[in-house]
Amino acid sequence: MNAPLRDRYPLAFTLYPYQRSADQDAAKAAHHPVVIAGGGPIGLALALDLGLKGQPVLVLDDHEGVGLGSRAICFAKRTLEICHRLGAAGPMLDKGVQWQKGRVFRDKDELFNFDLLPEDGHRFPAFINLSQIHFEKFLHEAITRANADGAQIDIRGKNRVDALTQNADGAQLEIMTPDGLYQITADYVVACDGARSPIRDMLGLGFEGRVFEDNFLIADVKMTADFPTERWFWFEPWFKSGDSALLHKQPDDIWRIDFQLGWDIDREKEMKEDNIRARVDQMLGEGVKYDLDWCSIYTFQCRRMHEFVHDRVIFCGDAAHQVSPFGARGANSGVQDAENLAWRLDMLLRGQTTADILNHYNTERVMAADENIQNSSRATDFLTPKSDVSRVFRNAVLDLAGSHPFARTMVNSGRLSVPCIYDVDGFGPDALPDGPARSRPGAPCPDAPVGNGYLLDQLGGGFQLLGIGVDVPETITANRVTIRGITIAKTPEITDRLLGTAVTHAVYVLRPDQHIIARWDSFDEAAVSAAIANALGT
Amino acid sequence: MALNTDPNLTDPDGFYAALIDAHDGLDADQSAALNARLILILANQIGDTTTLTDALQAAKKA
Repeated sequence: MNAPLRDRYPLAFTLYPYQRSADQDAAKAAHHPVVIAGGGPIGLALALDLGLKGQPVLVLDDHEGVGLGSRAICFAKRTLEICHRLGAAGPMLDKGVQWQKGRVFRDKDELFNFDLLPEDGHRFPAFINLSQIHFEKFLHEAITRANADGAQIDIRGKNRVDALTQNADGAQLEIMTPDGLYQITADYVVACDGARSPIRDMLGLGFEGRVFEDNFLIADVKMTADFPTERWFWFEPWFKSGDSALLHKQPDDIWRIDFQLGWDIDREKEMKEDNIRARVDQMLGEGVKYDLDWCSIYTFQCRRMHEFVHDRVIFCGDAAHQVSPFGARGANSGVQDAENLAWRLDMLLRGQTTADILNHYNTERVMAADENIQNSSRATDFLTPKSDVSRVFRNAVLDLAGSHPFARTMVNSGRLSVPCIYDVDGFGPDALPDGPARSRPGAPCPDAPVGNGYLLDQLGGGFQLLGIGVDVPETITANRVTIRGITIAKTPEITDRLLGTAVTHAVYVLRPDQHIIARWDSFDEAAVSAAIANALGT
Repeated sequence: MALNTDPNLTDPDGFYAALIDAHDGLDADQSAALNARLILILANQIGDTTTLTDALQAAKKA
């Protein structure tokens, strides 16, 4: 490598212009506890989480800001909850588009429509549509605010990792800048450098999985046309612009249109503006005025690395796993990777635990990746039947969906990202008689109204003891960690989501990422200590 | 629920005849589509995952 830096894509916003750092003039390679490679949504979320916990963080990115093109557009509830804890969700919710009605068409006919009515009593909706550009920008703004309050998050633009080696003591990085190379060392390097992860290549690691033989054209068009704020999905659309098509609203009068083009296409020809416009015209009808904001043709893979942790180098987001876009499981799962890793790295760097804790990151996030890959593969197989008989059944489902409600449940144009429930070691006991399944150990804590706010607001960012209808101590210490306790009253939502009907009170203990470690019907400090020891693998 | 492979049809000959009649005048593609719709409708009637899994296995083994 060591080629000069060249922009691989144009920028929507310049956020961290190149500045020469003192590290470049240091006689000896400067040392950093955590270096994050890649300033995309996952790298920024991880940097912010670690920075808010008081860790000095260095983020390296080979560009100087957010790339043009909206790419990810659908941010799910759990992502918004995580961003809320990080102080970044307010502007996302203000800017994002919320919708709850979807319509599924085949040819000219509407097969059915559905209301995606979220359950009441949560701070955040099931998801919002927001361009990745804005998602990253709002995370960056939250980083700027955190730094003003004392966080030490250093994002270096036009700093490209060109070489990475590691030994028992840490990692050594060679970084290319407009002023040439410099070296640093790190305790841990987190690769958030995307699906083509250069760091994965530097370590010679594989990325195995399925390639789907189909091409999709994305056209983000800007128009003020009076379409309702709904998700419209066509199978075999009458306008013949593709085998399937999707129309979805984003903020700022931008509409995301996807066309399924098939496998044998002339990519260059399809990307010509006239040809893109011909497809969009057919879909929207003659005379609808619009501007093409951003276009891309993509194929996709469902694949993951065998292991996400390689000694001092840890992989997050698309660098570790890649899915098809159906279900919005890319960026959303990456943000959950970041959240799962942040508190572990923080404890590790503080000497509160051993590197074994990273093995649990690997186990849990590999499990989540497999779940996402399974969901995403199933949606893709429905959209792109891979055999004649698969197409026969797909069409049979569509034939029935118009008049038989059961078949609508099989129509799969993507199952929306929901957080993984970690049914693996490190959780339990589940000692709450007839406790709700949704809040079993391993699950993320469900939100619910509490007082004038919401339950998740009360949980903070550390280990948490939660008493429902029973007092728990304000703090206890176990395994060198401080656990804060709060007590909340029973409400209909709390009973439904956390307590169940068999008991009158419950005690939960939660991790810093708000996943439930264990639950009981009464408080026992020794039992809480044991559960935390189990969660930390100590 | 265990898969029931003992006789259960009220009118075996009548059902068999109706099944064949349903395909009258259909070409191979139309017949395949009809069969697929029928399988989906019957699968929904059964509902239970274990029974369906056993039915798939029984069909593959035959």
